[in-house]
Amino acid sequence: MPEKLVVVGNGMAGVACVEHILKHGPDFEITIFGDETHVNYNRILLSMVLAGEKSADEIVLNDIDWYRAHGICTRLGIRVSRIDRGARVVIDRNGQSTPYDKLILATGSTAFIPPIPGVDKENVHVFRTLDDTNALLAKARKGLKTVVIGGGLLGLEAARGLQVRGCEVTVIHLMDSLMERQLDATGGEYLKRRIESLGIRVMLPRQTAAIVGNGHVDGLRFASGEELEAELVVIAAGIKPNAILAREAGLQVNRGIVVNDFLETSDPRIFAVGECTEHRGQTFGLVAPLFDQARVLAATITDNRGPVFSPPAPAAKLKIMGIDIFSAGSIDECEPGVEVVRYEDPAMGAYKKLLLKNSRLHGMILVGDIEDEQTYLDWMRSGTDLAPLRRQLLFPPTVGDPGLAVAEMPDNETICGCNGVRKGEIIEAIHKHGITTLGQLKARTKASTSCGSCAGLCEKLLRAVAPDFQEETKTTLCSCVPFSYERLREIVRGQKLKSVEEVLAVYGNRKGCEVCKPALSYMLDMLWCGDHEEDRSARFINDRVHANIQKDGTFSVIPRMRGGVTSPDELRRIADVADKYNVPMVKVTGSQRIDLLGVKKADLPNVWRDLGMSSGQAYTKGVRMVKTCVGTEFCRYGVQDSTNTGIELERRFENLFTPHKFKMGVVGCPRNCAEATVKDLGFVGQDGSWQVVVGGAAGKSVRKADLLITVETTEQALEAAGLFFQYYRENGNYLERSYDFVERLGIEKIRKETVYAPEEERRKILDRLHRSKALSQDAWLERNHPANPTQFVQIEPMERVPMSAQAEGSVVREREEAQLV
Amino acid sequence: MTWTKITRVENIPPREGRPVRIGELEIAIFNVNGRFLTIENACPHRGGPLCDGIVTGTAVVCPLHGRHFDLETGMPVRAAEAKCLAVFPTRVEDGVVLVDLTAGRAFNESEAAA
Ligand code: SRM
Ligand SMILES: Cc1cc2nc3c(=O)[nH]c(=O)nc-3n(C[C@H](O)[C@H](O)[C@H](O)COP(=O)(O)OP(=O)(O)OC[C@H]3O[C@@H](n4cnc5c(N)ncnc54)[C@H](O)[C@@H]3O)c2cc1C
Ligand code: SF4
Ligand code: FES
Repeated sequence: MPEKLVVVGNGMAGVACVEHILKHGPDFEITIFGDETHVNYNRILLSMVLAGEKSADEIVLNDIDWYRAHGICTRLGIRVSRIDRGARVVIDRNGQSTPYDKLILATGSTAFIPPIPGVDKENVHVFRTLDDTNALLAKARKGLKTVVIGGGLLGLEAARGLQVRGCEVTVIHLMDSLMERQLDATGGEYLKRRIESLGIRVMLPRQTAAIVGNGHVDGLRFASGEELEAELVVIAAGIKPNAILAREAGLQVNRGIVVNDFLETSDPRIFAVGECTEHRGQTFGLVAPLFDQARVLAATITDNRGPVFSPPAPAAKLKIMGIDIFSAGSIDECEPGVEVVRYEDPAMGAYKKLLLKNSRLHGMILVGDIEDEQTYLDWMRSGTDLAPLRRQLLFPPTVGDPGLAVAEMPDNETICGCNGVRKGEIIEAIHKHGITTLGQLKARTKASTSCGSCAGLCEKLLRAVAPDFQEETKTTLCSCVPFSYERLREIVRGQKLKSVEEVLAVYGNRKGCEVCKPALSYMLDMLWCGDHEEDRSARFINDRVHANIQKDGTFSVIPRMRGGVTSPDELRRIADVADKYNVPMVKVTGSQRIDLLGVKKADLPNVWRDLGMSSGQAYTKGVRMVKTCVGTEFCRYGVQDSTNTGIELERRFENLFTPHKFKMGVVGCPRNCAEATVKDLGFVGQDGSWQVVVGGAAGKSVRKADLLITVETTEQALEAAGLFFQYYRENGNYLERSYDFVERLGIEKIRKETVYAPEEERRKILDRLHRSKALSQDAWLERNHPANPTQFVQIEPMERVPMSAQAEGSVVREREEAQLV
Repeated sequence: MTWTKITRVENIPPREGRPVRIGELEIAIFNVNGRFLTIENACPHRGGPLCDGIVTGTAVVCPLHGRHFDLETGMPVRAAEAKCLAVFPTRVEDGVVLVDLTAGRAFNESEAAA
């Protein structure tokens, strides 16, 4: 008969412990009670759920199939209300008894609610569980006056999450400085400034005397008598171990359930793990030591008693995108024998402080620049003698041989503290599954899927162990809005954001830059099919005036010449325009069309009008051209009508925008005279069919396009092209050319989601394409209706300028020339 | 101070710049969300037209090769580029932007370093 193991608490530590127990062997009949109705999820990531960076589904750690597969009797939404140690049963809220041979208490902790009047009012929340998170999400709305009580990790993450949802957030904190447990006053000040720059108000120090309001919250009153309006209050003032069950059962309990080095309680049949425990006078609030506990307890309980728990030095990282804060070890400067090394760059917002003891790293605070966090942690945990490294302390050298540092770590050292993944497991996974990227490693081992702080270390391991390690391309947009493209698309769609300024105000630093503004402009245009608030100031100059800026500030004009086909009449007009506007150069381009170079900005509207042709979009990330060959119309080898097909293709996609420029080619036979196989999209004519190829390149690098599909009719080819084109528009990252896009996703996936997708899916993709197309227009029509009255003109001063100013002008110019030599 | 009336505020849309030529001098006036700031138009790198740049906070990014300049001080934003530009006092009166063209203030390199 297998022994009966009952686990109370279906949270991170309890389930992690069960996972380890299962590795030791299936000797137990396991029952898990969980007060929450959810399967085990990653509590750490609730902050990201609140901020919309992750969905609830994405943070599940063990889905229901996992419980089933291991024959675990799973009791969710059921609270255990009592332990009867004599009868060796737990009694749940339904009054039912469940017998145990061994019992694990993994009840975690609960939010600490300070004893202030009014905490029971409606709209006062805590932030501990998924249900709490959902409740907050249900209330959060634009402009909601929100106060977060508590300026620690949890409070700040809650504040950011709610602010991202549009709330007007104020953080109040009892202490003089934010995150005072992890940071010193200087670090706290840097953090405060960063938090404020995101648009969150911070009030320090403030002691809340009461939460006021009639039933629901109206505001807060501080000890000073000062009042603050509030419609929603979140209390994040700390946690307290949840030890009631143990206390009532007469186990030894101080602040938490007292456990020894083997995680045994005062009753030999009862064990405890997680935040509910107290070990040698210490309680816990971060997950890394709890995973160590889980491992130790699994050994103890499966008769492999031996490993002992000794808590690692604490390490904490703030999970707010764009705010880099890391703190580890002891930060107490006054500790005897501690030496402090400091670096500060206020302009960069960077602050580093290292605490040394006996020439070993004892603790650290990193603000703004946490690039070296892993090196420091390695130093601290391995007790590296830093005497020979003194000169490099603040900027440690990058390790020449990436394998070296990780090679020295023992196999059972934890790499990912959040998910308790050890070095040995990672190496095993890499070999066993042929892992070559961080993404694959994450999927296999869960390493680096929570806070992400071990990503660097995982990467080093990969580099050292995997023979063909591939670096992943960076996918966050930029530090102004530091989210991945996928996430941003979701945010923009989900929150219905329709202007660049709005995205930057809610999710960014309110400034934006030349990188993110055009990218966001593209994203808005693509997601809303052009039905967004177009903001010219967020566009590069080319897209403000629909021409390509040149080295002297003039512009080039390339009219559309579909398929490279023109007419005597068109050529005459081009010639006339070149004469009339003194165009310095007329050139046949590498894309089968004609370029008028050196046109003044003010002349652009008239040049376009006189040309009577539409924009060739040569200046933008959009549809460039379709290069064609003569095909069946004239060529003796032609088997398909490449010219007319190319013209039709160009007509269908022209005026649309793409993540990067999009060039096409259509050729009438495999001789490929118009180079269709090195274009973003190409049709290669064959006898009785078209090959549709994608992701070709012949620019900075050369890449032969992949075959998307072979089809019989021209209409089918055009449809396949439309599917790929729209799919790239929707899923490509800004400035990601199709050749990188196809490599990143792989042609199989692309095929599956475009040409081989179910009929209905394909319809939807094409519908979106048609909607965008219907809303698009030739940009050069702005010659008649400029976006702004001064879009193309140089402003003339309203009054005559005094002579002295002109003299000043020439002074400035002389100075500048002097500098240029 | 000698203020010169330049143009109506609505001629310079939010977060954009517009060039104005005065004799030898070409300036760029920016509308930084309602605040008007004036700087010499020619980028010290290779003369790029700053009026055409993207605004980020109170700085502008040159459209040719991406150097950043602060519109309040004329200073390059990244310290490594020591060259800077003249800025001109600018104010708004009755919906008209006025610039003091006589007071072109150029930081010199020693100031830039300070
Ligand atoms: C005008 C033209 C050269 C010519 O005289 O023929 C040209 C001119 C420029 N090319 Fe090009 N490219 C021109 C055909 C090409 C081609 C050939 C083609 O289209 O078949 C290629 C190789 C194919 C390709 O697109 O990859 C080409 C690959 C590039 C690249 C490298 C892109 C890449 O990812 O590999 C750049 C840089 C970029 O886009 O980041 C570039 C960028 C540029 C820019 C826009 C640089 C800039 O940002 O100012 C040049 C504008 C000069 C100016 O003052 O207007 N140009 N460029 C051609 C205009 C074609 C047209 O009618 O629209
Ligand atoms: C928003 C947020 C962000 C965080 N961020 C980080 C971070 O970045 N890094 C980090 O290291 N840590 C972080 N933490 C802390 C981390 O989540 C906890 O340390 C960890 O979840 C503790 O695990 P546990 O199993 O002890 O407790 P829990 O995960 O809380 O699990 C305990 C479970 O037991 C259940 N339970 C309690 N009593 C009973 C009962 N009588 N009957 C049945 N079930 C019961 C509870 O409902 C709960 O589901 C964060 C926490 C929160 C809330
Ligand atoms: S190859 Fe293209 S980008 Fe390079 S100089 Fe010629 S036109 Fe300019
Ligand atoms: S001309 Fe301004 S950056 Fe080169």
